[in-house]
Amino acid sequence: MTETVGFLEIASGIVLRFWPAWIGLAILFAGIYAFKPRLGLFGELTNTWVGVLGVGICAFWLLTAIFAQLVAPVDPGIQNAVMKNSVPGGVDPATGRVFLLGADLYGRDVFSRMVYGARIVLTIAPAATLIAVLVGATLGLPAGYFGGKIDSLLSFLANLVLAFPVILLFYLLVTPGIMDTPIPYAMAGVLFLFPIVFFGVLFYTRFSTRPERLYLALGITLVLGAWIYSGLVFDADPLGIVSIEPNELNIFVAVVFASSPGVYRIVRGLTLDIKTRDYVSAAQTRGETPWYIMLWEILPNARGPLIVDTCLRIGYTTILLGTLGFFGLGMGPESPDWGTAIKDGSKVAQLRLYYWQGVTPAIALMSLVLGLNLLADALREESLRD
Amino acid sequence: MINFILRRLGVMLLTMLCLSAVVFSFVNLDPNLRKLAIFNTETRASDADIENWLVRNGYRDNFVVRYARWIGLAPKQPTIDPSTGKTVPRFRFCDEPTEPTFSGVLQGDLGCSTALRAKVSDRLPEALKATGILMFWVMIVMVPISLLIGVLAGMREGSRLDRGLSVGSIASTATPEYVSGVIFTALFASYLGWLNGSAATAQTQGISFYNFTLPIMTMAIYGIGYIARMTRASMAEVMTAQYIRTARLKGLNFRSVVVKHALRNALIAPFTVIMLQFPWLLTGVVIVETMFNYKGFGWLLVQAASNNDIDMVLACALISVVLVLMTQLISDIGYAFLNPRIRVS
Repeated sequence: MTETVGFLEIASGIVLRFWPAWIGLAILFAGIYAFKPRLGLFGELTNTWVGVLGVGICAFWLLTAIFAQLVAPVDPGIQNAVMKNSVPGGVDPATGRVFLLGADLYGRDVFSRMVYGARIVLTIAPAATLIAVLVGATLGLPAGYFGGKIDSLLSFLANLVLAFPVILLFYLLVTPGIMDTPIPYAMAGVLFLFPIVFFGVLFYTRFSTRPERLYLALGITLVLGAWIYSGLVFDADPLGIVSIEPNELNIFVAVVFASSPGVYRIVRGLTLDIKTRDYVSAAQTRGETPWYIMLWEILPNARGPLIVDTCLRIGYTTILLGTLGFFGLGMGPESPDWGTAIKDGSKVAQLRLYYWQGVTPAIALMSLVLGLNLLADALREESLRD
Repeated sequence: MINFILRRLGVMLLTMLCLSAVVFSFVNLDPNLRKLAIFNTETRASDADIENWLVRNGYRDNFVVRYARWIGLAPKQPTIDPSTGKTVPRFRFCDEPTEPTFSGVLQGDLGCSTALRAKVSDRLPEALKATGILMFWVMIVMVPISLLIGVLAGMREGSRLDRGLSVGSIASTATPEYVSGVIFTALFASYLGWLNGSAATAQTQGISFYNFTLPIMTMAIYGIGYIARMTRASMAEVMTAQYIRTARLKGLNFRSVVVKHALRNALIAPFTVIMLQFPWLLTGVVIVETMFNYKGFGWLLVQAASNNDIDMVLACALISVVLVLMTQLISDIGYAFLNPRIRVS
């Protein structure tokens, strides 16, 4: 049996390891309090302790993800046979390094894996949510605004996806075999087209009378869009910066696909509500085009509920990613993401004897989602107050 | 009303048709068929063997024909034994007929599970019953607790009780089943030893507090927060209504205002939410049954999906879709009944 350190040393060790996050948080909150009057809604957030907690937890995990290399003591993949299933605070006899939250079945450092897991979750979840919001908005606005056949068709399709049990959808969409078929790439090709279309139409409707601005904005959209698109869908980024593993693309697409119908429904509902307002009639009387009204009159006025929903949806996407990992879908078995770690740790023997392996990523995931939910709640309160 | 229900049932049928077609095409993707063939043709089959197996059992027939066979609009063909040239049942373990017969979903034949080596219709009812028992207890625990939390939080909006309960509900919505399951099991089963970390004995030795509490707690936690928040919002809205103020001004005490006047109106919206929780519970069931080794519908779905057990996956998909759509229909109709201001047309 290896040597161990006591509870106090573990606790202080963990707190110390997060030093980049603490410094970042200190700077963030100092900044918020110093510039509060100028920050508007964001500054108001810190008036309630719910808001402080929400901002704090989200920023904490974001900083941890960014500075994962500084926070984590070792690489998440390093296996250490001596430290197999080590208890929290176990000391590696060879190097004298403390395994703060113990080690897993393969002797990998649980703490480091949790920290690197944050990086995976916080790259995929917000990006997937953003794309889902853009897809949902691009489809929900015309459905709510025009109504009629478009609405019936799109709503039927959205309900179709929503009627699917999420878990079955994932089992069908994210199996290893499916990466041999063109399906994930075709879906990625369609789904990633929406952001380009969205921004293209956004700038086109705004600047159609000012060609010099229009060409610039459209040019930037197309170049940036084509660059990221080629990297993500075809894995053929000419600069080699944007690239994604096939299995990550598969997960990404599945998560976007599963959560965009929800956004669609919300945007459609908001559009139905807002299109009866006077300023929309005024714009219609002025002779604005429908897409201008949708994107520049209705969408900005729907931003409050949309931002709150996006915030909640990032949390929900995090949960979906965890579900994928829990069923061993998509992520590689070596991946340090939280879902996979929870799956490994929740096997009967592991949970009975080495509970820290499952509990650590579980608490991490829960705290991140809690932070996002608190942030959403604080945002809702603030936007209701206006 | 009748028209509304008929139209909804029509949409339901269309949805089921579309979804089953989608599922059918996914489970019949080439990599999935190969997986199925490898699972069924003993070890180390060559590519030719696999292909041979797929052709022999009709998996290479025309897609539309096969889908029609599954529905029951085309006859299912028996396998022809290559050595004797006679027709034999496609799968012996399901005693399928030896001559072509119309036998699909329309005729009530859900097919043959290749992973469990049994008829789908033999295994599904008991799994559904097990899940039904689990769901029943989850509802028994979840609904009263969440309504109570919601009403208590919403009756005095902004009070300290409200703040506390609201944060509690937010925390519970942040705890998916696989998180609470792990934490509860570590705490109550491994550390304290009060409860059993597996629900397998619930099916062999009967349900007891010892083996069934953890799965129920795990599943209920995630839903409680959501229903409680909806109830709170609805309650808070009702409490600002004119008739509540009138009742207060009449001199009624707060308790009877809440119980007699507010509660009935405040519980209309949560009714819909509770009904719409069923589809959500479906995902929870899959996670909880996998985690606690409880062989119900969710466990069956995972087994079927991970072995690409075509007929079983299709049956599970069909059942879950029917469940989702039926709860939507019931919640719409129920809402109209409960709220006299709404009329379905």
